[in-house]
Amino acid sequence: MSDYDFSSERPKPSHFQQRQDELNIHDAWSSWNGYKFAEYFYDVEFEYFCVRNTCGTYDICPMQKYHITGADAEKMLDRMVTRDVTKIRTNRASYVVWCNDEGRLIDDGTIFKLGDDHFILNCGSPCSAWLDKSAFGFHDITIDDKTDDVAAMALQGPTSCAVLKSMGLENIESAKPFSINFFDFQNARLMVSRTGFTGDLGYELWIDHNLAIPLWDAVYKAGHDLGIHPYGDQATNMLRLEAGFIMPGYEFNEALKTVHFEHDQTPFELNLGWLVDFKKPHFNGRRALFDEKKRGPRYTLTKLDIEGNKPAEGSFLYSNKRCTEEIGYVTSGMWSPAAKANIALAMIETKYLEGEIWSEIYYEKELRQYSKVARCTIKHEPFWSPARTRATPAADF
Amino acid sequence: MKRYDAIIIGAGHNGLTNAAYLAKAGLDVLVVEKNDYIGGAAVSRELHEGWTYSNCSYVCSLMRQAIHRDLDLSRHGLILVPYLGSVNYDDVGNTLIAYNSEEAAYLELKRHSKHDADSMFRFQADLTRYARLIRKTLLRTPPDPTSFRRRDIHELLFLAKQFWSLGEKEIYEYVRFFTLSAVDFLEDYFENELIKQSKASSGIIGTALGVYSPGSSYILLHHVMGDVDGSIGAWGLARGGMGAISKAIASAFQSFGGEIRTNAGVEQILVEGNKVVGVALENGDEIRARVVVSNLDAKRTFTQIMDEKDLPPGIYDKAKNFKIRGSSGKVNIALSALPKFSNVPDNAYVNRGGLELTGSLETMERAYDCWKRGRFSDDPYVEGVIPSAWDPTVAPPGKHWMSNFIQYCPAELADGPWTEEKRNLFGQTVVDKIARYCPGFKDLIVHMEVRTPHEIEEEIGLTEGNIFQGELTIDQLFFNRPFPGYAQYRMPLKHMYMCGSSTHPGGGVSSACGANAAREILIDLKRPNSVPVDDFYDE
Ligand SMILES: Cc1cc2nc3c(=O)[nH]c(=O)nc-3n(C[C@H](O)[C@H](O)[C@H](O)COP(=O)(O)OP(=O)(O)OC[C@H]3O[C@@H](n4cnc5c(N)ncnc54)[C@H](O)[C@@H]3O)c2cc1C
Repeated sequence: MSDYDFSSERPKPSHFQQRQDELNIHDAWSSWNGYKFAEYFYDVEFEYFCVRNTCGTYDICPMQKYHITGADAEKMLDRMVTRDVTKIRTNRASYVVWCNDEGRLIDDGTIFKLGDDHFILNCGSPCSAWLDKSAFGFHDITIDDKTDDVAAMALQGPTSCAVLKSMGLENIESAKPFSINFFDFQNARLMVSRTGFTGDLGYELWIDHNLAIPLWDAVYKAGHDLGIHPYGDQATNMLRLEAGFIMPGYEFNEALKTVHFEHDQTPFELNLGWLVDFKKPHFNGRRALFDEKKRGPRYTLTKLDIEGNKPAEGSFLYSNKRCTEEIGYVTSGMWSPAAKANIALAMIETKYLEGEIWSEIYYEKELRQYSKVARCTIKHEPFWSPARTRATPAADF
Repeated sequence: MKRYDAIIIGAGHNGLTNAAYLAKAGLDVLVVEKNDYIGGAAVSRELHEGWTYSNCSYVCSLMRQAIHRDLDLSRHGLILVPYLGSVNYDDVGNTLIAYNSEEAAYLELKRHSKHDADSMFRFQADLTRYARLIRKTLLRTPPDPTSFRRRDIHELLFLAKQFWSLGEKEIYEYVRFFTLSAVDFLEDYFENELIKQSKASSGIIGTALGVYSPGSSYILLHHVMGDVDGSIGAWGLARGGMGAISKAIASAFQSFGGEIRTNAGVEQILVEGNKVVGVALENGDEIRARVVVSNLDAKRTFTQIMDEKDLPPGIYDKAKNFKIRGSSGKVNIALSALPKFSNVPDNAYVNRGGLELTGSLETMERAYDCWKRGRFSDDPYVEGVIPSAWDPTVAPPGKHWMSNFIQYCPAELADGPWTEEKRNLFGQTVVDKIARYCPGFKDLIVHMEVRTPHEIEEEIGLTEGNIFQGELTIDQLFFNRPFPGYAQYRMPLKHMYMCGSSTHPGGGVSSACGANAAREILIDLKRPNSVPVDDFYDE
């Protein structure tokens, strides 16, 4: 035994750690916001397929969860994010982004409206400081960071509704996309939103952290015959890319952490113009975004289908096959097993979108480096978007 | 009366693929199918309420990804899910588990033989090298080695180049490969019997050869040359059963304006002079077309729906002598719960993939001896898979079904025709064998579909129930398939083609035969090619 004490260095356990430890048989851990977090549990592709074929669970305890309450809560959020928060109905969730004064993206997340003066903001990175700044001038407002108090998991995939049904969540099949629903679970309140990050039928489950393990057990018992399996960070990255969702560290560099000039992005560049509402009163970044909209974004995030099957990760893009004129770069790329296509998200200079797009792909084969040039085709729909994702009532598989 | 551009006889997955590519090229295409369902041997049917079997083929690996992608079969509802793990049993219940993780797989091999665990690396590398070469030929038309046409010479040069890239030593090995027995090939790598038999079994699937018969090593290769998303040798399940593949191709075909008629068996291919002009259906209807494409096997095409007198001399005999021996049975079993097999850990990843009841090399050879004597094997090789453990759509939650592929079962019995009683006896033999490794198995049985080559021929029209539409031996492979001189999908009469597994690259759910045939037909009809080229991970 050494005398060292590393406890302050170790990632802290998630509320579901006990169960996740049992299932992470290869000990493939990384971390997220200080929490121990699975890269994968058994096999990346296997877990990915659980979400496309049966269902999987994903630990979202490390996601930041801010409860924003008070008479000014709505106004404050409306000033902070680009979307019109006053249009969100009670017990509905909404996808939002927020920007700095220059209109560059700080982060994305979801707002849950639980009542006229009660909202939750869920997001990937901590943002207490920005929330405080955004609340400046408002008086009747409380911002409460509940991240450590709430246990949350995503349950995603075609059998996810059947799992919840078999857990006894009555009428869950009629919950619409982005709805928020409440159920009694062991005398506590279980919140279930029909939300997720996979582009498939799915839900997110939220409960007091003391009930984390009972909730896990109930979900896994109900899911036993419905192909339930946990999935980690790597499968998530595949799933969200197929769905066409952006990820910090890939598609965007959080504005508040960006050093180099314009190495962050705007919602228009990220093809999220539909989230920016100029009809509502002033919001952060409005003027800059208004100008950009008039001007048109310099870059546009674009979905690409690339010939061949070598993932175009880290590729440069060109306007011709000889690769003489560089027009952009790939932000995420992979072979999609479900869509059977070589897919990518890429930042491309807007003015080149009309022309040809070629990708120079680098790959390795038994220690030798290779490159090839492949034609890219722009896709306007998500690579994966089955009807079941949107259907209500939700199907059993 | 309406004249189609093309009629395809048979809605097997190859017929549908062929039809889809012709329709995609703008042709007016009709598919006529004798059954009231489509898919041929790539079919899923609900024979017992709540359970959907893959009645014939059950796993997928040969499917050309380029076709899946090009026809956008995912959008038409197809998703292929790889399954993991498999367990091999010897006669007394010892197991060899194929774990998914490399480390676990290695340790498991080492438990049986330290030598073989290390040798497996060389085996895998060699096999992958051979598989890579063969894979390159799948979505190409075999050249005619006797022709001096530019295309043939070009194609021969392509092959030569691929071949020489192996290196001299490998070329000799490779050529040997086609004539070796599976066991001969494996002896070079392994010493442990259980490890050898676990690999040898791929060499007898669907073929009337034994593990010691020359030629069975190619069959082994045929079963590992496919891939799932680039992982060569991996097998997957089609969500919804193998019929989902045929359905997706049919849906793509219909999206190009194609027409499918079921309950429309062809009685006769209509010939005028030396030209094929259409088909006559069993119900008496006659339908005309510029070209007629047969998805039926070569023997059936020329000896059953054509008149010997319509054919140029020699062809009829070639067809009659085409090696298409039935040797496999299929037993699909609906189960009230997941069966628990002996001597495997209760590990959700390994005991629901493949269950290989290989026994021993000797047991497999004795199983073959039965077939030679016109009997089904009394102790057969059983390859089981439990699709419902992966696919939520094929059985009610908590209930399961097990697909069992059986080697050997003859098309004709020495003691007279197949009867229901004999078929039941065959089914019972299989159940008894499984129950040896799974006590309590019999109590779980809810429903059973027992198929001998006799049923397979009756229902799907595969002559003698041969799963590949003709043996995959060197004399019937590549430019010899189905017959020397006829490997380019054109048949001896004008306007007549073949597109089923009797043509290159042979049996299995690959869509390659159908697509290759379409490419040739489009050349003849002077239409631009609509068939994609294969793209590879392992370029
Ligand atoms: C029991 C079994 C298990 C198998 N397992 C696998 C496996 O796991 N994986 C794999 O890849 N492959 C497997 N195979 C092989 C594979 O299924 C076949 O090679 C493949 O499906 C053949 O497809 P095809 O389109 O060439 O021909 P077929 O599927 O034979 O299609 C021919 C079609 O023609 C129709 N037809 C016949 N006569 C007429 C007529 N007179 N008029 C009109 N229509 C007619 C038939 O009904 C059928 O629909 C298996 C085969 C069998 C039988």
